[in-house]
Amino acid sequence: MRITQGCFSFLPDLTDEQISRQVQYCLGKGWAVNIEFTDDPHPRNSFWEMWGLPMFDLRDAAGVLMELNECRKVYGDRYIRMSAFDSSHGWESQRLSFIVNRPKDEPGFRLERQEVDGRNIRYTTRSYAVDRPEGSRYGGK
Amino acid sequence: MNSETTSPAIPPGANETLPIERVDLRREFNEVGIGEVLDQLDRELIGLKPVKMRIREIASLLLIERIRKRMNLTSEVPTLHMSFTGNPGTGKTTVALRIASILHKLGFVRRGQLVSVTRDELVGQYIGHTAPKTKEILKKAMGGVLFIDEAYYLHRPDNERDYGQEAIEILLQVMESQREDLVVILAGYGDRMDKFFASNPGFRSRIAHHIDFPDYSDHELLEIAEIMLRDLNYKFSAAAREAFVRYIVLRKKQPLFSNARSIRNALDRIRLRQANRLVSDLDRVLVADEVMSLEASDVLASRVFSNQF
Repeated sequence: MRITQGCFSFLPDLTDEQISRQVQYCLGKGWAVNIEFTDDPHPRNSFWEMWGLPMFDLRDAAGVLMELNECRKVYGDRYIRMSAFDSSHGWESQRLSFIVNRPKDEPGFRLERQEVDGRNIRYTTRSYAVDRPEGSRYGGK
Repeated sequence: MNSETTSPAIPPGANETLPIERVDLRREFNEVGIGEVLDQLDRELIGLKPVKMRIREIASLLLIERIRKRMNLTSEVPTLHMSFTGNPGTGKTTVALRIASILHKLGFVRRGQLVSVTRDELVGQYIGHTAPKTKEILKKAMGGVLFIDEAYYLHRPDNERDYGQEAIEILLQVMESQREDLVVILAGYGDRMDKFFASNPGFRSRIAHHIDFPDYSDHELLEIAEIMLRDLNYKFSAAAREAFVRYIVLRKKQPLFSNARSIRNALDRIRLRQANRLVSDLDRVLVADEVMSLEASDVLASRVFSNQF
């Protein structure tokens, strides 16, 4: 099941050229672009790991693409996303985030129904991928 | 520029479908706005004939490359990495700034910023510090020009564990693989750059343009001095100019002469002496002309003149 988080996730995967145009848009707005990766696709997982530091003071998207390709070399079997941080007063938060790399197959989520007091049910989603330990999900080494 | 408004050289979108056959070279030249930059270079930089010549050549090549691309004549992106060698004060940094704007006008670098660095900004202090540091600078320079001043300091032959080598390797790799994303300019004094290239043959072969900055002649130095003074709203009196001509001749014979930089320093000292001369007599009314003009006595008080006797 294809996960849909962040911008553009209902579109076909962006090509490198499209990614670089989006990044250039962010840089043009003065936002700092950051690369993050994870192998835990749960939508409530807000702790993606950072690939280096957020990139401040860049003028051109080529620098970000260079880092993205480095990151793909190491973590090409995981989810990688770009996020753009706006440091201007009043915002000081993330303005845009989109996935730029995803595993070859995404096994999707299991819905667990826990029967509790009375006829009540508690729902939990759990990714099939996280059944395996971190680092070896998605056919990793 | 006004030709642009009357009718576009090619209808929009046409260059994707079919290649154009003929190009009005003058219109193309004007559209790019390169003539203006080159004229400015001629006007504002005194001397430096071989440098200007080479920049004109590069600019012409880039203009033709641009047209060739529109005609769908395939060709590789020309290598634009450069090295500037020359004595101190010959204008290497000034020219590097201009190069960035020329390349930007011609569309060979996308943003046209100049990132000027020295060893400090590229090389780290401990293991694992250098690569991120160098990459950060490279990322900032993407789409523009990376100017590495005194590049020979990157290589320290006396210390084989120096981290400079790591920075050099990363630079070389990016210079080769991302030629269309950034232009690297190395600068430094001639003899030391030669040694640097001798110990790093990879650099020499990846740099297409080796430009040597000649020393200025006496006459050119005087012209530079007058331009500097004009920018500062000063002027030489006739006698002071004559004295300054003699000053240049004498100063050039002394050690540690660094061309335009020495001239600038000399002018700063002359301004000091002029101010002191004016202040020494408080009981009078100054007019603008007096405040602006430098007299022969201000020049002749220099240490350079006293040493010759």
